[in-house]
Amino acid sequence: MGDNTPQLVLSSAPFQKRPVDTPLVMRHVLYSLIPVMLAAIYFFGISALLIILVCVFGCVLTEWICSSGPLRNSSLLDGSAVLTAVLLALTLPPGIALWMAFAGGVISILLGKILFGGLGQNIFNPSLTGRAFLQACFPVPLTTWAPNMGFDDFFTLRGDLFTFPFTTPHFDAISAATPLARMKFDREATDLLDLLLGTTSGSLGETSAILILLGGAYLAYRQFLNWRVPVGIFLAAFVTASLLHGWDAGRHPDGVFHLFSGGLMLGAVYMATDPVTSPVTPIGSWVYAICIGVLVVAIRQFGGLTEGVMYAILFMNAWTPMIDRVTQPRTYGTIKTETSPGDGND
Amino acid sequence: MIGATQGRTFRHGIHPEEHKEQTLGSLIQRMPFPAEVVLPLSQHLGASSKPVVKSGDKVYRGQLIAAADGFMSVPLHASVTGQVTAIEKRHHPSGKMVEAIIIASDLNSPQTLFNEGPIAWQHSSTKELLTAIQGGGFVGLGGAAFPTHVKFSVPDGKRVRFLLINGCECEPYLTTDHRIMLEYADAILLGIRIVQHLLGAEKTYLSVENNKWDAIRMLRERIPADLACEVIPLQTKYPQGAEKMLIAAVLHREVPSGRLPIDVQVMVSNVGTVAGIGDLFAYGQPLIERVVTVTGPGIKHPSTLLIPLGTRLSDILDYCGGISAATRQVIFGGPMMGSPQARLDVPILKGTSGIVCLTEVLATDRKEYACIRCSACLDACPVFLNPSQLGSLAKNGRYEDMLGLHIMDCIECGSCSIPLVQRFKVAKGLIRVKQQKKKAAA
Repeated sequence: MGDNTPQLVLSSAPFQKRPVDTPLVMRHVLYSLIPVMLAAIYFFGISALLIILVCVFGCVLTEWICSSGPLRNSSLLDGSAVLTAVLLALTLPPGIALWMAFAGGVISILLGKILFGGLGQNIFNPSLTGRAFLQACFPVPLTTWAPNMGFDDFFTLRGDLFTFPFTTPHFDAISAATPLARMKFDREATDLLDLLLGTTSGSLGETSAILILLGGAYLAYRQFLNWRVPVGIFLAAFVTASLLHGWDAGRHPDGVFHLFSGGLMLGAVYMATDPVTSPVTPIGSWVYAICIGVLVVAIRQFGGLTEGVMYAILFMNAWTPMIDRVTQPRTYGTIKTETSPGDGND
Repeated sequence: MIGATQGRTFRHGIHPEEHKEQTLGSLIQRMPFPAEVVLPLSQHLGASSKPVVKSGDKVYRGQLIAAADGFMSVPLHASVTGQVTAIEKRHHPSGKMVEAIIIASDLNSPQTLFNEGPIAWQHSSTKELLTAIQGGGFVGLGGAAFPTHVKFSVPDGKRVRFLLINGCECEPYLTTDHRIMLEYADAILLGIRIVQHLLGAEKTYLSVENNKWDAIRMLRERIPADLACEVIPLQTKYPQGAEKMLIAAVLHREVPSGRLPIDVQVMVSNVGTVAGIGDLFAYGQPLIERVVTVTGPGIKHPSTLLIPLGTRLSDILDYCGGISAATRQVIFGGPMMGSPQARLDVPILKGTSGIVCLTEVLATDRKEYACIRCSACLDACPVFLNPSQLGSLAKNGRYEDMLGLHIMDCIECGSCSIPLVQRFKVAKGLIRVKQQKKKAAA
């Protein structure tokens, strides 16, 4: 022991662990969303960009104001507010007034997260809470869809984005029905290729199924996403829709259409998989996912709304604590396997 | 042919970075005898041993210096030839002050072993064999330091069909058992023969993780035809070497909660322990030295050393070129379940399998973020607990509810996460205290 003996630190084991923490997960989910965001900007031009930025501003500002002291840095730096904002933006129609998007961001964080005690404590998905709030307050702007115009019209706003706060935006120019609305009200199917590529009208992020699936596949590969949830939703929605289609093909579209239309892709891959508001147990995940899949098709086909993903997920979020409670994993050694038959032990 | 997925394994677990390359190729070398050894009377679970020498006595290497105090205790032998200079309280790796016998080594002595030669075992009774193993001072060398003769005492009405020899060494950094398997194969095989005979076991499974393919291949070649022993390659996964996980991997059996491997007719022992038992019967050598991996980013010359028990940590580190100024933690054992040392003058014990010098302190350097229930801990937990929920209960002091979720089955392997397992250790400690108080009051 010389003079250069270092000061040794005592802590309890372990001293080595896989370096995964919350900000890393959030960052990678955001990375995986970059193609989806770029597609939104490609399809809906500067409107999409503005809506995303305004949502981020609303969410991060609320998070900053509501968190204080030592909590402030941790909850801002973990990246969860930005992720909530991006996911909220992706559920909004391209022509929504920016002040509404901002309000949605504030509500997402405030009602969706902070009121419950911050990250990890909330019962409902914050982004969907924000969207449900907007849907309830402004049903018309939330269901008015600008047509998908492609990149040529980058600087054309897709609606009355700059309406003064608390005034109603005007909808005189352009609107187009989403594939689900066309199916529901006009019995008119949309080409599958359009659904896959996203060259249809809809919310910012519910257009390109392929990009969402790619993002999800990346997250599942990195084990940042519970693959059981999207797989369960896809299977349940497909089977339910196919049964209905087989029963009455005139009234009910087939399973493939359901999978690739509306918010199902985005909801199944990015919203329902929100770890905070979905079950932690493997069996619980399957129960939760299958219920969502069935509910989505049921709401779409038998409800008054054209879209059912948001309410299906929020409804199942409420059931998550209950599902977790009844699907606890079986602890090692708790089922009697004392001796195999014929071991001759007393 | 050699794939990471080759071999049996248990469900769940994690793949920590292995870091074994530092000492992978380093042959076991005998460290020169130190000028002084400090032999604490408590190096095992159970009652401390009782000194049979006094200050000033001359002792020989291998001579009994402290006797076992009852059945749950093992004796202690001099690890060097020299003179007892004191019997007094010294710093122990556990952090406590513990009574220890201090021997100044005789630098002119050839350090020959003081013994009574080989011990016959073929025709000995179980009781005689157990007495010999206790007499050799044997404890589990994997780290737990549980007296071996107590473990090997099969209660009436129970029987052992399978002996599992644990050569997994799933802890990162450590290559102790790997080198023992490569270099002491004969001692291991003799030890297996004796222990199998002692227990009356039908078959021995020598279980080795598939990152030690050279050891698997070599042991397979060396096993004699008349020995009912098979080498089982296992997938490289942490905590493969935990007793319950090993039994699940090799025999697909689960040890019932709160019970012992013997309840599923299995006995598990570490390769180092059986090698030591082999040497005990072959040469009469008691447990007076052990193989230790000295490694980590903080040490100058990582090595695998055969070290006399009681050698001071500082002497070992000096022999390996010293630790860098950036070293911030020195761990006895592996980095997943080992114990950190505050002082460099503590001695190595019978259960010290490795010395890992780390330059980063994860527990304090890294921030703890809110749990987002990502369920990675559920997928990691080898005993299928729900660490996420247990963690939030622990945070709120709801220990009774944790009991209902089987917290006492936690093996504290740390696969879930650093903050979680630290809370669980505290919670389990408090629950035990509470239960003891309740028992005392009743």
